[in-house]
Amino acid sequence: MSFRDYAPAPESTAILNLRPSYALYIGGEWTDGRGGSMTTISPATEKSIAEISLADASDIDRAVAAARKSYDTVWSRMSGAERGKYLFRIARLIQERAREFAVAETLDNGKPIRETRDIDIPLVAAWFFHYAGWADKLDYAGLGPNPSALGVAGQIIPWNFPLLMLAWKVAPALAAGNTVVLKPAETTPLTALMFADICEQAGLPAGVVNIVPGLGGVAGQALVEHAGVNKIAFTGSTGVGRQIARTLAGSETRVTLELGGKGANIVFDDAAIDEAVEGIITGIFFNQGHVCCAGSRLLVQENIQDEVVEKLTRRLSTLRLGDPLDKNTDIGAVNSKEQLARITAITATGEAEGANRWTLDCELPSKGFWFRPTIFTNVTTSNTVARDEIFGPVLSVLSFRTPDEAIVKANNTPYGLSAGIWTQNASRMLRVADSLRAGVVWANTFNQFDPTSPFGGYKESGYGREGGRHGLAAYLANGGAR
Amino acid sequence: MIEISDTELALRAARLYYDDGKTQDEIGDILGITRWKAGRLLALARESGIVAISIVDSADDAEIRPISGITATDRSRAHGVTDSASLRAFLCGLAAVDAIGLEERAARLATRSIKNDSKRAALDTIIRLIDLTTLEGADTPGKVRSLVRKAILPDPADPTAPRVAAVCVYPDMVQHAVAALGSHKGDGVTGIGVASVATAFPSGRSTLEIKLADTRYAVAQGATEIDMVIDRGAFLSGDLDTVFNEIVAVHRACGRADGTRAHLKVIFETGELRTYDNIKRASWLAILAGADFIKTSTGKVQPAATLPTTVLMLEVVRDWFNLTGERIGVKPAGGIRQSKDAIRYLVAVAEVAGEEWIDPHLFRFGASSLLNDVLLQRQKMTTGHYSGPDYVTVD
Repeated sequence: MSFRDYAPAPESTAILNLRPSYALYIGGEWTDGRGGSMTTISPATEKSIAEISLADASDIDRAVAAARKSYDTVWSRMSGAERGKYLFRIARLIQERAREFAVAETLDNGKPIRETRDIDIPLVAAWFFHYAGWADKLDYAGLGPNPSALGVAGQIIPWNFPLLMLAWKVAPALAAGNTVVLKPAETTPLTALMFADICEQAGLPAGVVNIVPGLGGVAGQALVEHAGVNKIAFTGSTGVGRQIARTLAGSETRVTLELGGKGANIVFDDAAIDEAVEGIITGIFFNQGHVCCAGSRLLVQENIQDEVVEKLTRRLSTLRLGDPLDKNTDIGAVNSKEQLARITAITATGEAEGANRWTLDCELPSKGFWFRPTIFTNVTTSNTVARDEIFGPVLSVLSFRTPDEAIVKANNTPYGLSAGIWTQNASRMLRVADSLRAGVVWANTFNQFDPTSPFGGYKESGYGREGGRHGLAAYLANGGAR
Repeated sequence: MIEISDTELALRAARLYYDDGKTQDEIGDILGITRWKAGRLLALARESGIVAISIVDSADDAEIRPISGITATDRSRAHGVTDSASLRAFLCGLAAVDAIGLEERAARLATRSIKNDSKRAALDTIIRLIDLTTLEGADTPGKVRSLVRKAILPDPADPTAPRVAAVCVYPDMVQHAVAALGSHKGDGVTGIGVASVATAFPSGRSTLEIKLADTRYAVAQGATEIDMVIDRGAFLSGDLDTVFNEIVAVHRACGRADGTRAHLKVIFETGELRTYDNIKRASWLAILAGADFIKTSTGKVQPAATLPTTVLMLEVVRDWFNLTGERIGVKPAGGIRQSKDAIRYLVAVAEVAGEEWIDPHLFRFGASSLLNDVLLQRQKMTTGHYSGPDYVTVD
């Protein structure tokens, strides 16, 4: 037996206490939606997890009305210190139920338990703790005296980090004094509905948080178009983001959009190569590449390209793909059949356009949606895999010769969300970082998130910032962040 | 201005060049002459016998320290390392190590969950890779005999427990270990090896002659493996030549009359080298100088072995293998006391260097108390319940 045939070490699902079906959570009540229902499945096994009731426009109406009522009667009248207490309570409850949330998230999303356990859920708690602290300090956020809440915030979140994206949106909104109507993604509503339980456990006043699962084209659109909503916060695809911006142009509704990306990971020849290889892997294979800020374009200095690619493929061979609940799994399932089809199509195009394809030689489970980690070399800048966001475990390797060329190539994308720089030369690091048009630039690391740090994009990657003081300003009337 | 004779100048130039390691440029500046003049003076110094250079090429003369430069080895020559400058250039040209990235990598390896059959196999593997160690001032022949019995039969209650790879003792205890092992003695795979620390262990603060005598004594007593320490003072002061030459000399001193030789493990004392860049350079230096194994620590300095340090050294031996096809061993030593820690090291070995390294010829744990913890875990897996420290033998 090979040492690396680690015996299965699955996290038990016994900790879960799921209901067979979930309704909408509106005004502190569980009520059935009028938009029909759907089954949420585990992408790793295609087994159904629970039946989810879906919202239609009238349900969104009710949810916005509930949020408005609680804003007017309770939440806007409460002191910041009181609001902070609720947020601290939520943060602690998340910590206490961390294991349960990690298992549920892995089940519903398909990402490895190692990530939900070590990254997603701890960050969720961190976000609530961070913004809990801000709730009574809004006067000191540098936004002028008495910054005031916007009112009702409509929030639409993606399926790649379901609960974390909820935390990114709900925590600052509540801290700033807003009430929220949140629509989770179609394929991953589970942890948002479990979060409704947390709100009840925390004794949060009814209507402050409303969770309305639904289809993007129905519930999402109704929320965006609703006249009673003062702010829309959206994370998702650039296409939908554009539609939202069009809908809300000229209206009073404030918008922040966090959209797609095609992040460049730039490796200079003086980098710490072995650690850079780790960073490249984290950059693109974290969460099966379902990361808007993924380092999907590797820009490597030509004189070390062969060495880096060789080390990269060797390191990739130690990644373990399989049951996301197994604690030793590195690469989980692709979130949905649709996403798998999209990744498959775009990689086929890239290959047809002349890029060399390297694919991890590993077995795929018979059920579920899976895609083998893939690297494209010999990629020209015009190749589809170098230009389009793939949102999957696919890395495109391009090379450069000088720092200026690296900067030009890194910026040569309609997106501008993230970038990475690998060098031991600090002055070069700072100069390159200054020249990159990306909202987040990591140096000698990648995919690091912290509630104190603002996050957001340039160009087609959206506008507005989430996280830190900037993220707070996006939910305050005289915060000025547009 | 007082005239100084060329002979006097040549003497000063030679001292600056050979003793202080100054360049001809710097000598020119110090003596107020051109660098060409400095070069001529050095030539004069050699011709007139002020400087005598001896080239060391035979094992018998190995202990004579070259006046300057390094004693190149086959390995070093194959990589263009033939003198001080090329050694320095080689080591300084290595890719840097990012401490945060390395520690994150190690932490991630440590999250692997090794259960059931995998754990059972891992525990037995750990035992087979242990250099069971006693390195105390209070060591006696009796203590060593007891250690050897433990090495042969780790768990008297369960003869299926494998034996360890080697015992590791001070040079004067080698004879007692050899006698106690009898027919059980081997090379770590064929039987139990006898490793001896040498070269003024643990500090390494003595003359080369004494270090070589220490080594030869241990080999003559029957040691199959020599665990030498590098001169950390020399390394930290930038005198890489001395560190290199000492390893070359000790490597030769490991030779036996019949042409075979004891395996050489080179200890860096990573807790004193402090930075990962230093540890990486020391690893390459030791390999170029002829090390069979690179080893983290003596166990006498904290921190001793750590997972990030071991991961780094495994990356070096992996890179060396990819470059040359030759496998160098790695031995973390000191501070690994628990089975779960040792399992993390095994995961690192398998995933960083490759499973080929999970072999007593290529990986060892330097440990004393680890064995008992592994035995307790082993008993637990067999019987289903934990026993206590009184159910394994104290040696």
